[in-house]
Amino acid sequence: MSEGTLYDKVWDRHKVTTLPTGQDQLFVGLHLIHEVTSPQAFGMLEERDLEVAYPELTHATVDHIVPTSDQSRPYEEDSAEEMMSELEQNVRDAGIDFSDPNSGDQGIVHVIGPEQGLTQPGKTIVCGDSHTSTHGAFGALAFGIGTSQIRDVLATGTLAFEKQKVRKIEITGELSDGVEAKDVILEIISRLGTEGGVGYVYEYAGEAIESLGMEGRMSICNMSIEGGARAGYVNPDETTYEWLEQTDHFQENPEKFEELKPYWESIASDDDAEYDDVVTIDGSELEPVVTWGTTPGQGIGISEEIPAPEDLPADKADTAERAQEHMRVEPGETMEGYDIDVAFLGSCTNARLPDLRRGAEIVEGRQVDDDVRALVVPGSQRVQETAEAEGLKDIYEEAGFEWRNAGCSMCLGMNEDQLEGDEACASSSNRNFVGRQGSKDGRTVLMNPRMVAAAAITGEVTDVRELKEVNLA
Amino acid sequence: MSDEVDIPEVTHESGSGVPIEGNDIDTDQIIPARFMKVVTFDGLGEFAFFDLRFDDDDNQKEHPFNEERYQDSSVMVVNSNFGCGSSREHAPQALMRWGIDAIIGESFAEIFAGNCLALGIPTVTADSETIQELQAWVDENPNEEIDVDIEAETVTYGGETIDVTVDDAQRKALVDGIWDTTALMKSNAGEVQKKAEELPYVDDSTASS
Repeated sequence: MSEGTLYDKVWDRHKVTTLPTGQDQLFVGLHLIHEVTSPQAFGMLEERDLEVAYPELTHATVDHIVPTSDQSRPYEEDSAEEMMSELEQNVRDAGIDFSDPNSGDQGIVHVIGPEQGLTQPGKTIVCGDSHTSTHGAFGALAFGIGTSQIRDVLATGTLAFEKQKVRKIEITGELSDGVEAKDVILEIISRLGTEGGVGYVYEYAGEAIESLGMEGRMSICNMSIEGGARAGYVNPDETTYEWLEQTDHFQENPEKFEELKPYWESIASDDDAEYDDVVTIDGSELEPVVTWGTTPGQGIGISEEIPAPEDLPADKADTAERAQEHMRVEPGETMEGYDIDVAFLGSCTNARLPDLRRGAEIVEGRQVDDDVRALVVPGSQRVQETAEAEGLKDIYEEAGFEWRNAGCSMCLGMNEDQLEGDEACASSSNRNFVGRQGSKDGRTVLMNPRMVAAAAITGEVTDVRELKEVNLA
Repeated sequence: MSDEVDIPEVTHESGSGVPIEGNDIDTDQIIPARFMKVVTFDGLGEFAFFDLRFDDDDNQKEHPFNEERYQDSSVMVVNSNFGCGSSREHAPQALMRWGIDAIIGESFAEIFAGNCLALGIPTVTADSETIQELQAWVDENPNEEIDVDIEAETVTYGGETIDVTVDDAQRKALVDGIWDTTALMKSNAGEVQKKAEELPYVDDSTASS
């Protein structure tokens, strides 16, 4: 008999008990923490005289506020320094491993977990960060939580949670050249809506997903939350195991790899698992997707026209009208040719090695447009180190990009990296909300990393497939 | 201090309303990231909806949170997908500290609703038409009381009682005063440890601690 989906199986393996509320108490296999959402939780523990129950299942990094230029201590900004010091104190007191900037392992929390082999199939993973869904790419059940829930996890190693429905999203066919994982997820969100996934966990499947590397799968799972789904996952397969095998964790403990593999295989969704909903999208028909508005659901193919608000469902019209006013775009236009002031290649969505490599292929031998300020912010120190060894830094810098240190940076503008005034930004990040990149008049156009690179060169939103002499294969 | 925390039962929330219109109001709108460079939630109330309320020179813009008539309001009425985006608990913390005790809306983003529950703030839902009527009524009756009955799943205003929906687990947690789950879950520490020992990926050293 079918034991169901990966979601069902991982849930059952981690369920401690059913609470009087009807919620299940779930064991948390990996708790990732960072400097923005955890300090208050440690404060709550102290108030209640509680200790961290499972420090060895907890791992910290610093990403949101860390400067990406001058990282010498104390940080120039007092508030950033205070948050960093607080985190250092908390992890020291509790005995929690910390990938700090001196370790060479620091980076965006959703980049370093997979990198170090902490992220594994069949684990429950939580973090006070909505993009925790990223880790689902490995077949983990991973979701973002709030600070009071961080307190719960720190104090008990568990979380109170209600089971959700599962929607299988099957991407059939082969993606064409120039179309990436980012385009797939932007397309999914624009079709199903920003709240289409509320109450659901997304299982991504189909040929187009299976043929993606782990980084592409992470880009897709990362943005599940932008579609309203708190978690998204891909069933583990050989691609997953290959990644895991070369991580520190399993290089140091090769016997663990063999020991755990049967578990990983056992938690994949059964072929005859039942889903609450199934959506199929033909991946071969997709083109690069860009956003025209101020929610990640307001996306269109690069050749498609911006919709007229009156043509949209009634509940979307009002938001669309305000978005078009903010972005200064008109229905009937395409986004191609939209003027760009800033190009940002970074974030937990798209700042891994293949993202930076693909971008570099576009910019190599070209120059950033005179009116564009362009920056590359690697997702982690390890990504940065490898990229630099491969010569990517030189390629970007010769083209006129700034090459920075690892962090969240301009995805949310909590450090010095922010849009100014009404600047328009071609961004490989995940949110185009008004004010998201640090300026309330700033305008964000979400796109894949190669499209960001192309926009940096031309100074406008550009179909990367039409740039001459580019090999997109 | 001890881990015995007094958790009030939340069966009713009453107060005058404040309408916040618009779908997809994200948590970056509710509390912009630059106000999160703090290590406590104290003082966040004044920054709720900051960029919607103030221009670059800190002059007030048109926003319900700026209006005199809503300054004592505690029941917020919102539209669909409220609180989407970032998981920051700073958002409900800012609203709570501004004075919001309950939110009625068409729909809520999941993490946001979970964060509200962790603070004892009900997030109750009704259909689009019902919400718009209520928002219009609040606009005309900013000082009149709205009563949210969490147990009965009703909202009473202007002499009329309407049905609303409260998620089952949320209702039980609020009404029974078990919405702060730390102590409750900690009392199961033995079973939690057993679970740790069962899971193949948890190291033996952890499992035996």
